[in-house]
Amino acid sequence: MTRRTIADRARGFLREWSIPRQIAGQSHRDEAARSSLSRDLRPRLEEADTVGTGICPYCAVGCAQRLYARDGRLIHVEGDPRSPINQGTLCPKGAATFGLLTSPQRLQHVLYRAPHADRWEVKPLDWAMDRIAALVKRTRDETFVRELPDGTRVNHTLGLASLGGATLDNEENYLIKKFFSGGLGMVWIENQARV
Amino acid sequence: MPSLGATYGRGAATLPQWDVANADAILIMGSNMAESHPIAYRFVLQAKQKGATVMHADPRFTRTSAMADLYAPVRAGSDIAFLGGIIRHILENDLWFREYALHYTNLATIIDERFRGADELDGVFSGWDEEGRRYVYDSWQYEGMTVPSSLAEHHVNTTESFNDETKRLSHAPVPQDLTLEHPNCVYRIMRRHYARYTPEMVERVTGCPADVFLKVCEALTRNSGRERTATICYAVGWTHHSTGVQIIRAAAIIQALLGNVGRPGGGILALRGHTSIQGSTDIPTLYNMLPGYLPMPHAYKPHDTLKDYLEIEETPTGWWSNFPKYAVSLFRAWYGDAATPGNDWGYDWLPRIVGDHSQLPLTLAVRDGIIKGLFVMGQNPVVGSSNAGMVRRGLANLEWMVVRDFTETETAAFWHHGDARPQDIATEVFLMPCTFAGEKAGSFTNTHRLVQWHDAVVEGPGDSRSELWFMHHLALRVKALYAGSTDPKDAPVRHLTWDYPVRGPKQEPDAEAVLKEINGYTWASDPAERRQIADFKDLKDDGSTACGCWIYCGAFPADDHNKTRDRTPDGPDGPGTHLNWAFAWPSNRRTLNNRASADPDGKPWSERKRLLWWDAEQERWTGHDEPDFPEEKPPHFEPDWDSKPTGMDAITGNDPFIMIADGKASLFVPSGLKDGPLPTHYEPLESPVPNPLYKQQGNPTAKRWEHDDNELHPIGDPAHPYVLTTYRLTEHHSGGAPTRSVPTTAELQPEGFAEIPPELAAELGITTLDWVVLETARGAIETRALVTERLRPFVIDGRRVHQIGMPWHYGWHGYATGDIANVLTACVGDPNTSMHENKALTCALRKGRLAR
Ligand code: SF4
Repeated sequence: MTRRTIADRARGFLREWSIPRQIAGQSHRDEAARSSLSRDLRPRLEEADTVGTGICPYCAVGCAQRLYARDGRLIHVEGDPRSPINQGTLCPKGAATFGLLTSPQRLQHVLYRAPHADRWEVKPLDWAMDRIAALVKRTRDETFVRELPDGTRVNHTLGLASLGGATLDNEENYLIKKFFSGGLGMVWIENQARV
Repeated sequence: MPSLGATYGRGAATLPQWDVANADAILIMGSNMAESHPIAYRFVLQAKQKGATVMHADPRFTRTSAMADLYAPVRAGSDIAFLGGIIRHILENDLWFREYALHYTNLATIIDERFRGADELDGVFSGWDEEGRRYVYDSWQYEGMTVPSSLAEHHVNTTESFNDETKRLSHAPVPQDLTLEHPNCVYRIMRRHYARYTPEMVERVTGCPADVFLKVCEALTRNSGRERTATICYAVGWTHHSTGVQIIRAAAIIQALLGNVGRPGGGILALRGHTSIQGSTDIPTLYNMLPGYLPMPHAYKPHDTLKDYLEIEETPTGWWSNFPKYAVSLFRAWYGDAATPGNDWGYDWLPRIVGDHSQLPLTLAVRDGIIKGLFVMGQNPVVGSSNAGMVRRGLANLEWMVVRDFTETETAAFWHHGDARPQDIATEVFLMPCTFAGEKAGSFTNTHRLVQWHDAVVEGPGDSRSELWFMHHLALRVKALYAGSTDPKDAPVRHLTWDYPVRGPKQEPDAEAVLKEINGYTWASDPAERRQIADFKDLKDDGSTACGCWIYCGAFPADDHNKTRDRTPDGPDGPGTHLNWAFAWPSNRRTLNNRASADPDGKPWSERKRLLWWDAEQERWTGHDEPDFPEEKPPHFEPDWDSKPTGMDAITGNDPFIMIADGKASLFVPSGLKDGPLPTHYEPLESPVPNPLYKQQGNPTAKRWEHDDNELHPIGDPAHPYVLTTYRLTEHHSGGAPTRSVPTTAELQPEGFAEIPPELAAELGITTLDWVVLETARGAIETRALVTERLRPFVIDGRRVHQIGMPWHYGWHGYATGDIANVLTACVGDPNTSMHENKALTCALRKGRLAR
């Protein structure tokens, strides 16, 4: 390691010090404000290899976002300056979107709790999907009603229910309604519209 | 929002949020907009900078009040008294916009002579059936003709649409008296109905000083008319009442009387909560509707065959006469080639509803063991549902439950918390990780009907999947299980079209393919031969078109054009309607009923408030927005009544409310609402005082699910003397999971609390940060006290009434925790929507902690 002399350090300090450069006529807003530290700073977004258009997942104002990623990892979320709704701004919730997607409390795997068990166990996704499909069929077959005792046609099951949708995409709501209602004959289908 | 549907024809915000910046006055009520919809509040402040008067009427003094020019304190649950007072002020002082209201509303329409108002019958209307606790609606109809309701959100079928009386809508114009002298014209009925809502009465009921109330009236009316417009903004502070629908109705009446609807800077902005709550209502994960506000077939309505269903639900006049095209196109999308004219396009495969299957009865059916398997996708009912303790205990009666969320929610954890004994609970529980926007592609519909696409930028972690993936792969599995079945009950599962392409190693379905189906295409068995449809006018009822949700037609107008992904805003000199920024339903119209922005001759009411006008040379409507009116119908068009016109042929050139059968805004609603044709003040079901306005105490038709774990307090109950109102914080979101589990937002609002006015705190010896216990018949919770002047005691009808406020986001999971406020609330509901009443109930309060 080379030791810098006092004179070196003084010269370095004078080079970094803004006042002499301002006296020399440089603007405190740009040239004179620079230092070796700020010269080496790079915007985080420069590292991004992907940027996409997002919409805030919280409230229905519908603020637009930009999502930046590098190597498949999210690195930044900010308000989209083009949006006529938010013009680049976000409220504390919208600004927490990055924290939401990267929350340490996010689940990675399917958790399963067997009847009467006192703990969760990790299960493979495929196993869970097969098991749920079998339960859906079993409950539907047990509870499906074609006609009421008075002969009224109902073609439904009251044994299956679904809650949620207001946080989901239109396309997801569509598949939920189509499959649960138009396919399985479920009538208990509700979301947060009444919450 | 059946209120806006019943009044204007569509249950949605009438204007885009950015248009609030063009208002001359803004009344915010039933909303703490600055804190709950902060980015939308920017437009209020922009309007204020340009000179608009901003008013906030609310039980709590919040940041919204702090930024307003005028704050009017009103007791929780007294909104109709306040708004009714404004209606009276407008009518008595002749401040309504005469040319607008006479032509564009049913103000001059004559009502059946048998009609009696709540003013005569002490709080109920004619037709009240005390035994059945319901109304018979005959006497609310137009003289000599029955008016079907618009098929708007949660519309209530109070009449059979296409019966002999409704056909008369095609025989002659509606009975009107433009001199307004007829004693049963809507104008006279409203004068009588609202006569008692004087400023003094407003003060007595709401606690708002009469002079403050009059300032609000004055600012609102001064800023409405040809040259000026006012906007009203509301949120769940209005909907969460047993009279929620009628509160919003009262606002809709004010805006129609003042001529503020369909015009720049005017209208009603419904501020909705969740990111795609509007989308999940349009494409409803709701029990009573099919996509695009088509009614769900009902076992006890004449819905037996497709012919019955279409005849009964089709309105003969107005836009909804197109209903059969939308229904048949939906069935084609769902059942594909299996849908044929011979089997009514598969209509019979649809399930029939048999009653109220909404959220509150759903939770009761879980408790009662009727429901055996439950899916919960991105919702947290153990925190968000009324009577949350009952809801949590009830989940133990399920055989199985699938929770799809990003973290363990209180709902997923119901079996191992508090007094729960896992060894006694047989429920099989699956907790499956979901992905977020940013990890999946798709569209959200915001509060002003704007459908905006979001991209997939990164992959979700581990085994997390989108709901699109989950539904797709579940449907494929279940279809495979039923593949060999010949049981007729399994036909809909087998015939349901399900040919979505998948991508990548995770086999993620292509969300654009789903949006294409929602938008609609010409039908062909081979997907390669389908062509996107650009406009719902091209939909047919002969099976040649398939469309998943007719009002979204135009969202994906061409094979290579996903309009929800358009991102070109207007520049600073542009018209400011931003028609190339995403897609707004219907047909990219940004302001609903915008025909009303021009006078009956088709000219803008004023230069300042131009939006749409009739171009006589081109012979079409033109302007800054897409016309919400037939483009080529001239302003002076009159139906040829001799030809018995139907559909849009029966709508004149100056009827801007095309979704309503007579084309006029319904100040008086003859059909479509269960609790009356005019908003009437009722006390909340739990109230500290008797109703000062009528003998009838509460909404007579309100839903109560009486049960020993869902009891209500009597009126003026000394054991529960305080008014409790629940509310939201900027930093938290609804059931709380997506903010309590995020470090930054949790740090900003780390712990639950209750706001208590200083006068009450002094009485009970409570200081800030003390532990307090709140209790109702449903349950008890403990939390920290925040003593604040933001809440103040009211003097109501001579009695002092204290209010307590409590945010309802908290639960025991995540970084920010607190007791669940909804343990205190009850399952009661608005008769039209089954919406609960968590904004106004009564409770007990003491210093101390719960013994646990
Ligand atoms: S940033 Fe805030 S205001 Fe905007 S959509 Fe998100 S939660 Fe709503």
